[in-house]
Amino acid sequence: MSSKVLLEINNLSKIFADAENRVIALNNISLTVNEGEIYGIVGMSGAGKSTLIRCINRLDTPNEGSILYRNQNILDMNRQTLLQTRRKIGMIFQQFNLFMQRTIAHNIRYPLEIAGVDRKTADQRVKELLEIVGLEDKADAYPIQLSGGQRQRVGIARALASKPDLLLCDEATSALDPMTTQSILALLQDINRRLGITILLITHEMAVIRQICNRVAILDGGRVVEEGEVDEVFLNTQSEAGKRLFGVLPERASEDPDVPSLRIVFDGTAAEEPIISRLAVETGVYVNILSANMNHLQGKTYGQMIIEQPASLDEKHAVISYLTQQGLTVREVNKQ
Amino acid sequence: MSWDQLWPLVLDGLWDTLYMTIPSTILSYLIGMPLGLLLVVTAKSGIRPLPKLNAVLGVIINFLRSIPFIILLAMLFPVTRAVMGRAIGTQAVIFPLVISAFPYVARMVEGSILEVDRGVIEAAQSLGSTDLQLILKVLIPEALPSLLNGAAIVTVTILGYTAMASAAGGGGLGAIAITKGLNLRKLDVMYVAAIALVILVQIITISGNHITKKMDHRKR
Repeated sequence: MSSKVLLEINNLSKIFADAENRVIALNNISLTVNEGEIYGIVGMSGAGKSTLIRCINRLDTPNEGSILYRNQNILDMNRQTLLQTRRKIGMIFQQFNLFMQRTIAHNIRYPLEIAGVDRKTADQRVKELLEIVGLEDKADAYPIQLSGGQRQRVGIARALASKPDLLLCDEATSALDPMTTQSILALLQDINRRLGITILLITHEMAVIRQICNRVAILDGGRVVEEGEVDEVFLNTQSEAGKRLFGVLPERASEDPDVPSLRIVFDGTAAEEPIISRLAVETGVYVNILSANMNHLQGKTYGQMIIEQPASLDEKHAVISYLTQQGLTVREVNKQ
Repeated sequence: MSWDQLWPLVLDGLWDTLYMTIPSTILSYLIGMPLGLLLVVTAKSGIRPLPKLNAVLGVIINFLRSIPFIILLAMLFPVTRAVMGRAIGTQAVIFPLVISAFPYVARMVEGSILEVDRGVIEAAQSLGSTDLQLILKVLIPEALPSLLNGAAIVTVTILGYTAMASAAGGGGLGAIAITKGLNLRKLDVMYVAAIALVILVQIITISGNHITKKMDHRKR
């Protein structure tokens, strides 16, 4: 992967203010997105992620800071340059936002129309795009006749029509069911790999981040509280928001078990094997599983498991050392 | 009055009614449609906010809309004479009809355009649309069913106004019903003219609905 910087956000702040209220939506945000990567911004609702992504193509105007796209500050651009730049930055939306009075082919064709692409070239390009998103047979249908997943595919095709370098995804899978979410994420990953398009996505779902992102920023209260490689951030989550999002901490303390126990964190590095059965065989200690929240993604295991602490200290140490050897993080949990 | 006498009278009135209604509707849209778009575009939440212009437009439109047509007709006599060459008659009455209807059209168009989903507008902006492209290729096409529905309502309203045009010497079915029917105590003439108007309104409304439905792709 090339590590050339495509997008650089510096000290971005956005304040929504009226006579009575002052809400700091973005608080001094800085981050960089490299060419060719899939960068995820995750946060709870109200964290400011939607405002952030909308600032990038200036659908929203920040109060302070700069957004450098290929070293040009988007916030300083005149209207003409901004319009040209927007054509190089595609965007897809949670609610798809298709033109309801246009057929699928004409939705996808819109960016080509406004760029003045000739009819023959445009026809050809629309055909290619319909193939990329797998909707060749829907060219003459209207959006209302399509399912949510199909509509998002049209949104993606429309965003790709002008051959952008960067695709912004504003909660693109949040209105879709889990199955459809998977197929859209696979499509985004495919686009990233095959067409080399950099993707910046925002989501409130950690699974989306873990599944397709290379790097992640965790947004909380308008600030970036953590940033880095997805595996790295997951393994060493420091922030409260990160712990909540990754499911490393129970959301409420009352969910902690009443008995002394061990929390095992699976960060995707451990081999996929029946670890607890092996534990019993290898150490001769039989452990009691109190709770588990596991995800298997791309052949990796993520999540956490809480097991009861063995009564004897020796057994406890044997368990901890075995699990640690397997590449897992183990912490003792004792309810206060 | 026999049918042989009634028939030419009604046909004549129908012609005059259409002669006033159709050009008035078209001219009202030529003025009112850009104004309606301007109202949406320059609004505080519009794509090019111009609050002062928007406020001035709003005041003018509300002012014109609040004067009843029959009074506007009389107030405009001198202007009508200057513009149309004469103040009364079927042709002259088109001028006050347009003056009365264009602010109404502007509000109807504004309402239709405002129905376009905000997200769709943002999508078009994110794709690099100029304001003009946004208006011509997104706002108007997306609002088309609603605009057509509004056009049918405007046409019927203007048709209703033409009946009052008899007060300014205009012809048409409305004028026949009043001057040749009611005033001369020929109730059959009045009823036949009125029924002809009802049928005309039905035709406009039904075909308006039909076209609107056909143009609306938001339903399966």
